Amino acid sequence: MTHLPDILGRIDALWPRALARAGERVQLMEICGTHTVAISRGGLRDLLPGGLRLVSGPGCPVCVTDQPYVDQAIHLAGERDVIIATYGDMVRVPGREGSLEQARSAGAAVEVIYAAHEAVELARRVAPRQVVFLAIGFETTAPATALALRQARQGAVKNFSVFSAHKLVLPAMHALLDQEDVRIDGFLCPGHVSVIIGYRAYERVVRKHRRPCVVAGFDDEQILAGIAEILRQLAEAAPAAVSVYPVVKADGNPQARQVIEETFRVADAPWRALGVIPSSGLYLAEEYAEFDTARRFELPEVEGYEPPGCRCGDVICGRCLPRDCPLFADPCTPRDPVGPCMVSSEGACAAHYKYHRPETRKSNDAT
Amino acid sequence: MTQRDHILLAHGGGGQLTAELVAEVILPAIGGQDATALTDAAEVAWGGARVVFTTDSYVVQPLEFAGGDIGKLAVCGTVNDLAVAAAKPVALSMSLVLEEGLEIELLRRVLASGGEAARRAGVTIVTGDTKVIDRRGEPGMTINTAGIGAPLPGGRVGFRHVGAGDAIILTGPLGLHGLAVMCRRKGLSIASSLESDCQAIHELTAALLKALGPRVHWMRDPTRGGLAATLVDLARATGRNVEIHQRAIPTDPPATGAAEMLGLDLLNVANEGRLVAVVEAAAAEQAVNILATHEAAPAPVIIGNMGEATDMPLVEMVTAAGGRRIVQMPYGEDLPRIC
Repeated sequence: MTHLPDILGRIDALWPRALARAGERVQLMEICGTHTVAISRGGLRDLLPGGLRLVSGPGCPVCVTDQPYVDQAIHLAGERDVIIATYGDMVRVPGREGSLEQARSAGAAVEVIYAAHEAVELARRVAPRQVVFLAIGFETTAPATALALRQARQGAVKNFSVFSAHKLVLPAMHALLDQEDVRIDGFLCPGHVSVIIGYRAYERVVRKHRRPCVVAGFDDEQILAGIAEILRQLAEAAPAAVSVYPVVKADGNPQARQVIEETFRVADAPWRALGVIPSSGLYLAEEYAEFDTARRFELPEVEGYEPPGCRCGDVICGRCLPRDCPLFADPCTPRDPVGPCMVSSEGACAAHYKYHRPETRKSNDAT
Repeated sequence: MTQRDHILLAHGGGGQLTAELVAEVILPAIGGQDATALTDAAEVAWGGARVVFTTDSYVVQPLEFAGGDIGKLAVCGTVNDLAVAAAKPVALSMSLVLEEGLEIELLRRVLASGGEAARRAGVTIVTGDTKVIDRRGEPGMTINTAGIGAPLPGGRVGFRHVGAGDAIILTGPLGLHGLAVMCRRKGLSIASSLESDCQAIHELTAALLKALGPRVHWMRDPTRGGLAATLVDLARATGRNVEIHQRAIPTDPPATGAAEMLGLDLLNVANEGRLVAVVEAAAAEQAVNILATHEAAPAPVIIGNMGEATDMPLVEMVTAAGGRRIVQMPYGEDLPRIC
């Protein structure tokens, strides 16, 4: 393993040439929420050159989930005999009227689970009550949902259903780069997702947009080594799709991808802030239709909207840092979140609020 | 959107919401109490006598977990609240609220374990009560213990004694209790060697006070909300900055792995057998040496220092990588991450 001082030395050495190629500053996007948190938690910005800016991307599952889905989930929680099974972060996302957490406090049945199969087990225990699993996340959590669906079908767990908002990472990267007001000089690509899709999956982004795509793991050394590799590619004007994370293979995990393909169909999907992105969502394949929450229940039509003033959408597109949002820290805090980026433990706003000194939270960005 | 008409689970997490509930609802309703005076353990004086008094309810699920159970926890937790208030634990009460359907054999096991913990801590369970209520899901139980202790001679601990430069000492790795319970609760087999740190720490506090007397300025067992909540409380109540060094904090590889897996910050996870002591800087090394002779302090170290007084006291941590970040009181329950 390379030592931290060596990596930092490499970053310093590469920096002038990378900067000269990029212009007045270098802006890198970490796509994964786990990276976002690790960067803030590790105080890694303090170790990087002044003109190197790290922005967060659309990689926090809760943050990219569009508002109508949240409202529909809260609506379902209010149905008699429905138990919502959800990953923890979703319970506090504010909808138009309250959150799942508040619905639970007022009597709704909302169970926090850690893994998709727990929702099937829950359904077995509480039958005939309906269990609706809020399936969010990327290629990392989709295989687990797929296996849960298989389990439910094999065991004829008919009171189980999946409300899928699963999404694919690559279409979002293309959509981001197609936006004119978004500047991204390179991507720090997500470790967990890449275990599934493989680092070669980013080659199209590299070819089409000529941006470095570097997969890294989640400890300090990994993240900084990933940044060093991006800077090397920038300095040498040689963008490539590579991984510094040894567990990620070029072609990822074909079995897991096959499980996804057999269980889901790819379709256009709505993203917070990015709108509908073509072929970016995973919905239940026809043979699992009987387990599809969207078919089993009548869901209210909900209009898309953003909480007034909230810039979560700009934050996850790298247009601004959390502190540039007028609501950041006042009134939007982890205690009283306005937008999802302040709720999720992987959200950029929550990470900035939790780990950055208050005076740097609000100060204007140097650029 | 911010309506708070009902109790949320997060109100019991030992973070901001718990503090607000106590300050805004509980204290005003009880009346006649000064918020700052209502600590985990209180000293009561009448006649010529002084006694330290504390109470705590234990609701842990599952009732048995690696390294402990609700009975042991109920005894050690209350013993520890007395210990960090510079008292020698003397006697406990124990009230049981049992749910219909609870296995009597299980009850016997956790009570035997509580009894054993009491004997080891040198306290007697002198009074108690038993109630049975309807079951709420899996049959469970709640234990309340109250305890009295005798103030130790030479003990003079409290926020007001804490000064700039004081050393902050921690006695071992963080998060073992919270993670052991969470792994058991969720059937996660990721860390089979992970055991709760649930234990009594009265010998540690007594040894420190005996050797160092008033040079020990403040003590706390970092339970709910973890080390983060303890240090934020310390910073706020003393009006001083706190600085800690991540590299100094002892680590336990299974706990580190489990926390990473669940996306939890070890600083926020509950402990049930650790001690945080703030001591005069010149006595810090001696304090560490004293603690090191006790099994209950597996890895005592100086993790940081008290800073100057300031209007907006902050807890800051120099990270393992060498950057800096602040440490905050968790909001409520720390939620597991999902990918």
